[in-house]
Amino acid sequence: MTDSPMPTQATPAPTPETQANLFAFVLQLADTSLILAHRLSEWCGHGPILEQDLAMANIALDLLGEARSYYQYAAELEGKGRTEDDLAYLRSAVEYRNPLLVEQPNGDFAGTIVRQFIYDCFHYHLLLQLQSGPDAQLAAIAEKSVKEAAYHIKWSAEWVIRLGDGTEESRRRVEKAIENLWRYSGELTTPSATEKALQAAGFVPDYAAIQQQIDAHVTRVFEEATLPVPQGVFMQKGGKDGRHSEHLGYLLAELQYLQRTYPGLQW
Amino acid sequence: MVEHLAAPTEEHIWQLLEEVSDPEVPVLSILDLGIVRAVRVEGEEVHVTITPTYSGCPAMNTIATEIRLRLLSDGITKLHIHNKLSPAWTTDWMSQAGREKLEAYGIAPPVDGTATGHMLNLFGADTAVRCPLCKSEHTHLVSQFGSTACKAHYQCDDCLEPFDYFKCHA
Repeated sequence: MTDSPMPTQATPAPTPETQANLFAFVLQLADTSLILAHRLSEWCGHGPILEQDLAMANIALDLLGEARSYYQYAAELEGKGRTEDDLAYLRSAVEYRNPLLVEQPNGDFAGTIVRQFIYDCFHYHLLLQLQSGPDAQLAAIAEKSVKEAAYHIKWSAEWVIRLGDGTEESRRRVEKAIENLWRYSGELTTPSATEKALQAAGFVPDYAAIQQQIDAHVTRVFEEATLPVPQGVFMQKGGKDGRHSEHLGYLLAELQYLQRTYPGLQW
Repeated sequence: MVEHLAAPTEEHIWQLLEEVSDPEVPVLSILDLGIVRAVRVEGEEVHVTITPTYSGCPAMNTIATEIRLRLLSDGITKLHIHNKLSPAWTTDWMSQAGREKLEAYGIAPPVDGTATGHMLNLFGADTAVRCPLCKSEHTHLVSQFGSTACKAHYQCDDCLEPFDYFKCHA
């Protein structure tokens, strides 16, 4: 396994089409970080112990900060006067582009850990590549966020190991969570039409290579957790094309409540 | 009056910024923390470039406001504050004076060269952090995530006090 960044390519001048795709991709990254941050924030005050309650709130805050950077940049790329708040608070579920994984409900602590671990594996390896990509602002956000994602992936991997190689009860729960959530892992590295176009233009890294790095990491962590790596799972997808599970609507109803009920409200 | 009309110098702006403290760790100035990356004066226009410690640091808006207020009270009205993400903030930028002030305040300063490191370094040995209260080296990590994004949670094995560690972020 290597952590080497993607090779620097000659930067093509972005065509209007690439510019539009870049907007869509940055928005997808923003939605993904925001929705996962919101899910984690639901734990605040309900964590199994104080230290882990704080850990989830901290990770939520990192992801929220990352989401803001992406939304601000997306608003700039779009150039139609929409702000970061407009993009986060005034788009409906079918306009959201996050993969299905991050909108899944928290479940128990094992469910949250497995969802986080699956996402952290992708997130960390994606950011490693994006930080040396041709788009300067995207690279800057990735360079900033990858340092934080390194804490996240360490935390979730250690918890997968503790739960898997823990008690009978913790193992039963983590196995159940893997059974429930593994089907959402494939969408992360299955490129959408937007991502394919940006891969061709050199703006988005090759997901097959990222998948290899993810597989190596998962194998290593699951081995230590004495958990079998799921094989031949049918993968769900659709979130990146706006086809979401029922859960996203409820999440957005809470997240967007204030701006929908009192438009333009500030405090 | 004449003084107010004179263009401010960059040196003067740096001096004013030294008086702006971090809202979460008030013993540190924003210069101690390495948050201010550049100061530029063009005639009457002043540009200050700042960088966040962590992406979600909720103190950034407050810091920007306090910079504005401090400069305003010195008659500087044409101020532009820029946010810069790259190069990403690191604890290497924290001043020596800042580290000493932190420890005196009860927060263990970052131990250089102990950043998270490789993601496969699971359950790795805890960084040896000196207790800011009794100065014992016998301490242990409670959680990588503490009271704010930039701190980890430690406990001293000798005096038993829990304490914050300003974690190394390189």
